Amino acid sequence: MKLFESAFNLHESALQLRTQRMEVIAKNIANVDTPNFKARDIDFTDALAKALSNGDSPSDVKTTHSQHVGGSKIKAEADLLYTIPFNTSIDGNTVEMSVEQAKYGRAAAKYQATLRFLESDIGGIRKALTGGH
Amino acid sequence: MSIDNILGIASSAMNAQMVRLNSTASNMANASTVGSSPDTAFKAKRPIFEALLREEQLTQGAKYLGGVKVAGMVDDQAINRKILDPGNPKADKDGFVYASNVNEVTEMVEMMAAGRSYQNNVEVINTAKQLMMRTLELTKV
Repeated sequence: MKLFESAFNLHESALQLRTQRMEVIAKNIANVDTPNFKARDIDFTDALAKALSNGDSPSDVKTTHSQHVGGSKIKAEADLLYTIPFNTSIDGNTVEMSVEQAKYGRAAAKYQATLRFLESDIGGIRKALTGGH
Repeated sequence: MSIDNILGIASSAMNAQMVRLNSTASNMANASTVGSSPDTAFKAKRPIFEALLREEQLTQGAKYLGGVKVAGMVDDQAINRKILDPGNPKADKDGFVYASNVNEVTEMVEMMAAGRSYQNNVEVINTAKQLMMRTLELTKV
């Protein structure tokens, strides 16, 4: 289905990556008091470019007929990086609460932005299908 | 779905912080107890946190990678002060009792820090929940 793929491709992998980033930040916040824990993060731009470039990898859903619609071809997943803290702490933990909170807030806002884009894509397709009714 | 993971991770942290709050409450409650020897006198307890980074660390209760769990409790190593109190039934043969090694100021700070960390994780869950709901609304007209 060319229509759906071209409409959702970018935002679908973007949404997956946004969720993954929020998960990584949630892990950092959860481990703010764990000795020797190293804060992680992902590079969104890099990961999205990578996800879009290997978009033609085989999908999980089997199609046994040429008329079948396959599943999503994109499985966006980013490499985890280590963040460099502004200040080091004595217990070897590199999570800085204020930084992580700010990141989490930004990530949530960006998630909502991506959702908005998806919403308008869906709205467009819905309009095309129903003829505006 | 990975938003589920966020909820699981944050709740594992809330669990761990709750253990920390409970142990400070117990320490505070026992701050003015005495014992008849340094070994039997109360020692402040502290939880040791551990990040769940590998599959084999996961258990039924803590099943999300990246969460946190309490690996164990340790006793505070501060000495138990020796107090002369011959009238106390717990006094040893020289008339000394041994006070608990709880430092109230440390415990207060610990309590506030644990409470703050707990709140942070509540916020994480709130935001994740809102986003989950917004995502579900995609299916609406």
